[in-house]
Amino acid sequence: MPKRTDIHHILIIGSGPIVIGQACEFDYSGTQACKALREEGYKVTLINSNPATIMTDPATADRTYIEPITPEAVEKIIIKERPDAILPTLGGQTALNTAMKLVKMGILEKYGVEMIGAKYDAIMRGEERNLFKMAMAEAGIETLKSFEVHDLESARRIATEELGFPIIVRPSFTLGGTGGGIANDMDELMRIAEGGLKASLTTEVLLEESVFGWKEFEMEVMRDKKDNAVIICAIENMDPMGIHTGDSITVAPTQTLTDREYQVMRDASLKVLRAIGVETGGSNVQFCIHPKTGRMAIIEMNPRVSRSSALASKATGFPIAKLAAKLAVGYTLDELPNDITKETPACFEPSIDYVVTKLPRFTFEKFLSANPLLGVSMKSVGETMAIGRNFKESLQKAFRSLEIGVDGLDLKAEKRVNPDKLDTYLKTTCTERTIAIKMALKRGYSIEKIHEMTYLDPWFIDNILQIVELEKELKDAADLDYDLLKKAKQNGFSDEQIGALRGCKGNDIRTLRKKLGIVPVYSLVDTCAGEFAASTPYFYSCYADLDETRKTDKPSVVVLGSGPNRIGQGIEFDYSCVHTVKALREMGYEAIMVNSNPETVSTDYDTSDKLYFEPLTFEDVMNIYEAEKPIGMIVQMGGQTPLNLANRLLDAGVPILGTSPKSIAATEDRELFRQLLDKLNLKQPESATARTIDQAEAIVKRIGFPVMIRPSFVLGGRAMMVAYEEKELEPFVNAAFAASPDHPVLIDRFIEHAIEVDVDLVCDGTDVYVGGVMEHVEEAGIHSGDSACSIPPYSLGHEMVERIKTACSAMALELNVRGLMNAQIAVKGDEFYIIEVNPRASRTVPYVSKATNVPLAKIATQIATGTTLKELGLVGFEPKLEWFAVKEAVFPFNRFAGVDPILGPEMKSTGEVMGIDSCFELAFWKAEIAAGQALPTEGAVFLSAKDRDKDWIIQIGKELSEMGFKLVATEGTAHALHAAGLEILLTHKLSEEGKNVIDLMKGNGVQLLINTPSGPVARQDEIKIRSEAILRGIPIVTTESGAIATIRAIRYIKSNDWNVRAIQEYHA
Amino acid sequence: MNKALIALEDGTCFEGRAFAGSGEFDGELVFNTSMTGYQEILTDPSYHGQIVTMTYPLIGNYGINDEDAESRGIFAQGLVVREYSRIHSNWRASKSLAQYLEENGKIGVDQVDTRAITLHIRDKGAMKCVVSTEDLDRSSLVEKAKNSAGLVGRDLATEVSTAVKYVWPKGGKPDAEFRVAVIDCGIKLNQLRIFEQLGCECTVYPVATAAAEILATKPDGIFVSNGPGDPAGARDIARLVGDLIASKRPMFGICFGHQMIGLALGANTYKLKFGHRGGNQPIQDLRTTKVEIASHNHGFCVDADSVDPSIAEITHINLNDNTVAGLKHKKQPLFCVQYHPEAAPGPHDPFYLFEEFIDLMKEYRKEKP
Repeated sequence: MPKRTDIHHILIIGSGPIVIGQACEFDYSGTQACKALREEGYKVTLINSNPATIMTDPATADRTYIEPITPEAVEKIIIKERPDAILPTLGGQTALNTAMKLVKMGILEKYGVEMIGAKYDAIMRGEERNLFKMAMAEAGIETLKSFEVHDLESARRIATEELGFPIIVRPSFTLGGTGGGIANDMDELMRIAEGGLKASLTTEVLLEESVFGWKEFEMEVMRDKKDNAVIICAIENMDPMGIHTGDSITVAPTQTLTDREYQVMRDASLKVLRAIGVETGGSNVQFCIHPKTGRMAIIEMNPRVSRSSALASKATGFPIAKLAAKLAVGYTLDELPNDITKETPACFEPSIDYVVTKLPRFTFEKFLSANPLLGVSMKSVGETMAIGRNFKESLQKAFRSLEIGVDGLDLKAEKRVNPDKLDTYLKTTCTERTIAIKMALKRGYSIEKIHEMTYLDPWFIDNILQIVELEKELKDAADLDYDLLKKAKQNGFSDEQIGALRGCKGNDIRTLRKKLGIVPVYSLVDTCAGEFAASTPYFYSCYADLDETRKTDKPSVVVLGSGPNRIGQGIEFDYSCVHTVKALREMGYEAIMVNSNPETVSTDYDTSDKLYFEPLTFEDVMNIYEAEKPIGMIVQMGGQTPLNLANRLLDAGVPILGTSPKSIAATEDRELFRQLLDKLNLKQPESATARTIDQAEAIVKRIGFPVMIRPSFVLGGRAMMVAYEEKELEPFVNAAFAASPDHPVLIDRFIEHAIEVDVDLVCDGTDVYVGGVMEHVEEAGIHSGDSACSIPPYSLGHEMVERIKTACSAMALELNVRGLMNAQIAVKGDEFYIIEVNPRASRTVPYVSKATNVPLAKIATQIATGTTLKELGLVGFEPKLEWFAVKEAVFPFNRFAGVDPILGPEMKSTGEVMGIDSCFELAFWKAEIAAGQALPTEGAVFLSAKDRDKDWIIQIGKELSEMGFKLVATEGTAHALHAAGLEILLTHKLSEEGKNVIDLMKGNGVQLLINTPSGPVARQDEIKIRSEAILRGIPIVTTESGAIATIRAIRYIKSNDWNVRAIQEYHA
Repeated sequence: MNKALIALEDGTCFEGRAFAGSGEFDGELVFNTSMTGYQEILTDPSYHGQIVTMTYPLIGNYGINDEDAESRGIFAQGLVVREYSRIHSNWRASKSLAQYLEENGKIGVDQVDTRAITLHIRDKGAMKCVVSTEDLDRSSLVEKAKNSAGLVGRDLATEVSTAVKYVWPKGGKPDAEFRVAVIDCGIKLNQLRIFEQLGCECTVYPVATAAAEILATKPDGIFVSNGPGDPAGARDIARLVGDLIASKRPMFGICFGHQMIGLALGANTYKLKFGHRGGNQPIQDLRTTKVEIASHNHGFCVDADSVDPSIAEITHINLNDNTVAGLKHKKQPLFCVQYHPEAAPGPHDPFYLFEEFIDLMKEYRKEKP
């Protein structure tokens, strides 16, 4: 069956901002889908609110709408574009939920848009638990004993009469199991179920028998309309049931199942697809197996591509999303070629001859009050994948890819675990459990004992034991001979890790290793375990005999990626890397990509000329350098990860293209930087560095409060805080020392109520092109990654903007930047202060590029390889912006119960959205909707502010009142508002008897919260109020400038309509 | 550590460690891409005379159990893997793979770059080899490999076929709906298990049985099993199969059985460069164009051009290389497939073929009561 010719125009829904549970994998799948469908001649229209994606690049789709992903916006797009079909299975749960709403609202029917990829009924059967269970019962597949409830009373009854504890609580229709958990008693059940009911779009939770500790598996399945169905990848979770698969260490293929057991699961997976009615595309099916009896039950299925399918695609080389898109338009698997072999069809099941391990990346250090235990609700923000010839190698490579300061499952890793509490680590589902297992084995715990404590399969524990034994062997050996060193390398030990065991440097091991002739070979990921020749150069390293690298005559350039997503370094950097690779290819270079993040577009083997799926460490990168001998490396695109390697690479003789690492160092060295600013006659906030508390106190005495305290060499403003008074100084300074031990703490004068500005520019050493000047909505002091911002500036005067541009250009030239530079500036009155300069790609590069239609990363790459701005026609060029593009941050607070959702100098957002429209107000309003903070146009606003903020809160109150909002406040704020002549509804404090604001929120009595924190250590009731708002999706504003922008937007939208516009129309 | 050397007839050598067994073993070196199923593979009599390399690097993880053997013992001469797991973990496991290999007097070698072996065979073809823990001299062992018997032209099926006829299930199946005569060319037990499950009683005959003896029992259907070796070397079996075909009774053949039927119908067979061995091969049913994923284990193949279209129709092809994967007689209730619908190891997609055979027997009975 060839492709359908009755449809011509397809609307694809993207997944929106990066949030926990929905990350770059959907940029990867969405981009693949756009490419695949356009390749077939279909017109593709796209909606996605996330500007940091390759998917929303103007060149990816025919029409790109960077608009909020809501049924209203999609309807407007449908009216404008009149697509024939809508494809909702490649944009995660967001796309699926939006499409389901469109069906329910009758919009698709009204405009004659067909849903392809999955039908409404199939999605319902896959997602709605009861329908799912019925379908499974009909297909003869065992499900877990479970009951759905819509209220707490029924939950109580089911627990007592039917299930008994422990009980797993799973809400329906949520992201990554938000609000779910394991309840061990009635109190816990009530608490978790309440959260789950709120998180569920359908106010429904499932209470399920506990299968805690069972073996857990995932099957990635594809089916076409001819009913050809294949398993692409089977994944075994090393962490058994009880930890969300997104937070589990997972391994492909399965390791501990016989063929008979595997085939039973395979049969069941195919039956599931047929029973649910997934006619075309990819699905993910999860199973659990009792480790002693082999009883197998299905846990759930997702009738769409998922995080696991992205992992499966990278693990096998089989592009699931691309194929899913082609199947959705009528192709069948046998008609499509296997991309990698070219000769054989895509209708087969990949066989792999290596082991793939995925490790989750957590950021609990950012959310200190959050419960760091793992459960059925996903909490990791990123992941890394590693490929090896055995499990030990892939596990250790994955550990050093995590970038958590470890060089494998090594001695440094052990520092993450309190050795006195080993048993607690083993018995709880904590993030460091694997490390604790290693330590327990070192102490002589038996495999059996650890299995009983952790439920991990003994096979995995034995593999960790082998690492332990080899570690001892390496430590004890008199000489590091060829055999031992080779064995260590074959089991994934890094040079650094061996060096630490031998009491020498990693470099010494490297030298010895090379002397002995122990160098890695590169093997191909080829979908077929070597059975057929592969044409696609997708490599991983291992210490075997056969090297499969291919030398070409083309000069090559290596681009270093950004590793696992984390807060502060995410998809934005992958975007820049992908652009770099594309630019290099256009210029005729062979572009070689190195990265370890399976979610990304950069690790799509289609993106670069050669892909090395490897950890981003000095050792691994140098090995590639020596194997490929490129003309140079580009390190300025992948964020902090490659920059951290830059100096060592340079010292090792690797040519670094673009800005020299020396210039980068000059911006990081406080003294050098001060000299630079002095020379250019630019100001920066008074600052000094302290190595002790006493020094810090002396500094503050000199420069005065408030001060910004920050540790050096950290990412995303880790442990940065503003101290307003004496008593805050010591704890904050100590926290900064703890975040970056052995480094001084930086103390700056904090400029209050300043406007923060970000500037992204490109410099070629002679000329500068300022790509964008972004005015932050939140004032200086809020991390730039967490602040909303606007291009062009919405309140700064033209002259100030020009002065800032001039200053930034001067700095770039003085630093001899060859590529991108980002500067952060605080504007206070008529003065501006340089806060920070980073000569590398910033988080805002994709946003600026989309807002201005000038591809900064591409230009920077051209410059790094010798082109000039003059040649590119960018000298004196100024993009004409007849619109505003507002970026807003998206936060994971809904994942971390008990964490105060306030903003500060430490970055906490996981993703971003963009709103674009003709004026700032509309752009801001759209950005807020896209960020899940849709602003109300009527109703009641709860106002609460500390004394320092009372003046402006009165002003805000007046404006809200004028617009017809009711005002609600507790005593202090109410008194101030009342005194200003405003009518106000007084609510009780949480500690008082009577109706309080939380009760009001529960009764839909509050539509907006404007709530400034009383101090850096907020009172418990404030946190409760803000958390309740987060849970209920009530927009919450915690800053003055945020409140002002909010009021402006609400005022505008009350008297104006809004519409959608494709990015191609803006740029036309 | 027990060093082992693998020497190929083309002079290539691979060094490894014997994790089980010792001595010297010769055979054709082949690779299998199944990621699970080493127990079934080792016990598949079709591997008689071969040394199997598993492309999946970690082998032994789930041990050996009492239920998954496909015959009375290990038929492969040896097993070559990247890393043997020193522990096994599975609720059904009863012993380790190393123990099982040793009990069967075979050899297991690990610490070998199995991908290097695979790519070598892929490029140069399956070839004769010797694995030794005794003779570690490369040139001497290569010489032995060159001089070893190899597979081509050899009738290995006769070597592995049952010595005496027997009934499956043991003691008979009184309620059996059909009685199937099975020609054992090296049968995998799962074929018999499936026949039993589908209501058949099987009488399993040695390949050296006279057609008349079989036909005298008036079986409802005749099945020709899988088996090892070069079909062209098994002329006697092909003749037997030809005689059975002449009876016009319902017939079904798998793998070597398919090749025998092909030969009996006048087609030729040839040796594939490195064969098909794995559980992921796409088979297209040309009548419906539907694809099934199937288990494969064969080094020889029926030549498509030699199939007389007036006698037989090619019903299935392997989509990877378009080789013949299934034949159906134009006039008689007879069909056969090159691959393994009994799976074990491998996917169950082609299970329906057994049911089709049952249907053929049903119809035959209706027409000729």
